[in-house]
Amino acid sequence: MTRPELLRVEGITKAYPGVVANSDVSFSIGEGEIHALLGENGAGKSTMVKMIYGLIRPDSGTMTLRGAGYAPTKPAEARRLGVAMVFQHFSLFEALNVAENVALGMESPPPMRELAARIRAVSEEYGLPLDPSRMVGDLSAGERQRVEIIRCLLQDPKLLIMDEPTSVLTPQEVEILFKTLRQLSSEGTAILYISHKLEEIRSLCDEATILRRGKVVASCTPRERTAREMAELMVGASLKTPERRVAAKGEVALGVSDLSVDSPIAFGTSLKGISFTVAKGEVLGIAGVAGNGQDELLLALSGELKAAADKVRVAGRPVGDLGPVERRRAGLVAAPEDRYGHAAAPDMSLVENAFLTAGVRKELTRNGFVDWAGTRAFAEEIIAAYDVRTPGPDVAARALSGGNLQKFLMGRELMQGAGVIVINQPTWGVDAAAAASIRQSILDRAGEGAAVVVISQDLDELLEVSDSFAVLNEGRLTKPRPTEGLTMDEIGLMMGGAHGMEVAHHAG
Amino acid sequence: MGGQPPKPPGIFVDRKWGPVVLRLEKRPTPSRFWLYATPPVAVILTMIAGGILFAAMGKNPVEVIRTIFWDPMFGEFAFYLRGQLLVKAGPLILIAIGLALGFRAGIWNIGAEGQYIMGAIFGASVGLAVFPTESRWIFPVMIVAGAFGGWLWAMIPAILKTRFNTNEILVSLMLVYVAETILAKASTGFLKNPEGMGFPGSRNFSGYPAAQNAFLYEPLGLHWGGVAALVTGVLAWVLLTRHQAGFQIRLAGQAPRAARFHGVSPARLVVLCMGISGALAGLAGMFEVTGPAGQISIDFNTGYGFTAIIVAFLGRLNPLGIVLAGFLMALTYVGGEMASTNLGLPDAAIQVFQGMLLFFLLGVDVLTNYRFRLAVGAL
Repeated sequence: MTRPELLRVEGITKAYPGVVANSDVSFSIGEGEIHALLGENGAGKSTMVKMIYGLIRPDSGTMTLRGAGYAPTKPAEARRLGVAMVFQHFSLFEALNVAENVALGMESPPPMRELAARIRAVSEEYGLPLDPSRMVGDLSAGERQRVEIIRCLLQDPKLLIMDEPTSVLTPQEVEILFKTLRQLSSEGTAILYISHKLEEIRSLCDEATILRRGKVVASCTPRERTAREMAELMVGASLKTPERRVAAKGEVALGVSDLSVDSPIAFGTSLKGISFTVAKGEVLGIAGVAGNGQDELLLALSGELKAAADKVRVAGRPVGDLGPVERRRAGLVAAPEDRYGHAAAPDMSLVENAFLTAGVRKELTRNGFVDWAGTRAFAEEIIAAYDVRTPGPDVAARALSGGNLQKFLMGRELMQGAGVIVINQPTWGVDAAAAASIRQSILDRAGEGAAVVVISQDLDELLEVSDSFAVLNEGRLTKPRPTEGLTMDEIGLMMGGAHGMEVAHHAG
Repeated sequence: MGGQPPKPPGIFVDRKWGPVVLRLEKRPTPSRFWLYATPPVAVILTMIAGGILFAAMGKNPVEVIRTIFWDPMFGEFAFYLRGQLLVKAGPLILIAIGLALGFRAGIWNIGAEGQYIMGAIFGASVGLAVFPTESRWIFPVMIVAGAFGGWLWAMIPAILKTRFNTNEILVSLMLVYVAETILAKASTGFLKNPEGMGFPGSRNFSGYPAAQNAFLYEPLGLHWGGVAALVTGVLAWVLLTRHQAGFQIRLAGQAPRAARFHGVSPARLVVLCMGISGALAGLAGMFEVTGPAGQISIDFNTGYGFTAIIVAFLGRLNPLGIVLAGFLMALTYVGGEMASTNLGLPDAAIQVFQGMLLFFLLGVDVLTNYRFRLAVGAL
């Protein structure tokens, strides 16, 4: 099937000080085509689409939209010409309702009543149920994404750009989103779909352009390729699957029973009666869509949120009422998701950030004075062991790229010889090779007898590393089940299916 | 510190697009050069802007600047004025170091002036209560009482903050005015000199050797308060760079969530920082009332507690920097007094001049974390 060309990108180059984000990138998208832009973190996908959306401008190269020159200087111009974008991170106000949020994104919003009616009409047409009067703060991540999508669809776009749309969705929600996208495509709206999830791309996309280090390395028809082939094109090397040493399951190292805590975060999710145990040598994977209590669970395990003493036990010892320092001493280390400001202090050096959590277990204080020489040695040890690319340990944490800082922070927790390790999003924003090595070290620690809890939104990652599997849904944890033999359907049901979407699609 | 400028969306280097604009760009790491260059640049800018102000008032700007910055150290009366420098710098340094520890942790004690007054009243009360006993233990006990008075006054905003989440800036500031009222009561009532012929004010400590903070070395203006200031400067520097508590203070100020993750209890940190700054301010008040001031009087406090805020920032919240900044600020005090008596400059003009110093300091400080970029493109 040949389609009339919608957008042509030719020879686009964009450089930032010290890095070339895009180098001579060319591809074209036909009307109604679903086109994947595929690549690892830092391959230049986001830079490319930001140029198409008018957020930044190319240094050189040209774009044409339906044969006419296309050089948007701002997003409003791109929208006027029929290009819309749904961002990975939503820009919504939680304290406003759906219609108000949509109105904020429009140049000349119609009266609220009329807008609400249009939102209802569009949401029904595309099977994306959404009540315009609901507060955004009360919506699930999937529902918030619908707000963003509907905001775009109201402009009747010719090209819809979607940046990693499925990272916040349950498998069922993904299916429903794909249905909507296919419907849009059949109506002639082209979709530029950014992702690094290969199976998704194989099931959804017509064509794919693969980027590596800012350059187009291949283009292909995803249905004709295997996921592994595309992954190797993306990474530029053959991939190693992490190997696991099967450790004999030991006694219970971490026990949590009926743990309930109120969320300290505005619009956060309180934990409700969480219970699980992790044995020595076991990896428990906790899945769930973002915002279902993952951050709160980490805070409650790290000791930043306290509970009754016997709610959390490390090696049989009650630690629920202890703070982070005492819990580390008891043998529990934790790694929060947010690197900048929570797991690390961005303006402090790597040495100081190493002291941040390792001071207790690595015995880096004497009479309250910090052993900076010993801390520096530990920081250098992490840098060497985890291949952290940095000019040295005295560099501020924020000067490192996200992936490099993540490697440093993972190393910091994994190298303390703790009996219990809790990690939220171990490989968020890390390239495939580094992610594989982080997963490998998690498995290595488990092989040495550590009990590990991995909280992640990446199902593939959890299936790869975990022995048992549970889902966090609206602050409640399902009963952990052995990972082996679980099907995607079962996982989807554990995740609570699709939030409020079944009805609409059955009806439509 | 000052509000952070909004982050620019990106830097456009393409010559084809739009007009050239100046843009603030966040530096990947803070600039070491500007960290140290900021104070001298701010001083020079203050001299220029101050000079314009003085010229507008009909004074010769060069003469005024010279009177303020040069004469106290090298002029005709330098033999006396040099001593005055440490006398003024001592309390400023002592208070500013305490404040800086809190500011580093994001805890804003603005009421050092009140803690300074309460330190003076507590210290003086102990001495006056035992008058005219002679014992070498009297003065040390007065020192402890002075520190306790300041600490106690700082605990009020600290505990209100940790218990009821009140704003420590407002509470500590308001307590300054309460302390001033108590000071007036003390000098006209419970601490009034019984032999003072009805005039307000306490007995003068210059007539009570056991409780007097006499000069240890007069040509330099050195008394126990100066010694305490310099020793505190070194101790605070060691605390911040070598001790775990100093690390926690810096961490809490830079990344509060990371501090909680590290294991810092925000409430304990508030109590610690408010307590240290209150105690140091109280010490400064106690050394002042028993030394240079000599007695409790209605107008005993002269704004050291507020000026110390400027000193803390001028010294980059770094204890050793604060020692230098304390001397610089003392220079503007001593020189400012010279300028007002010799050249007839109003006090308010000198205060504006000191305020300019903080203004330019915070303004130039942007360059530590941001740089200007010539950029092309629409905003």
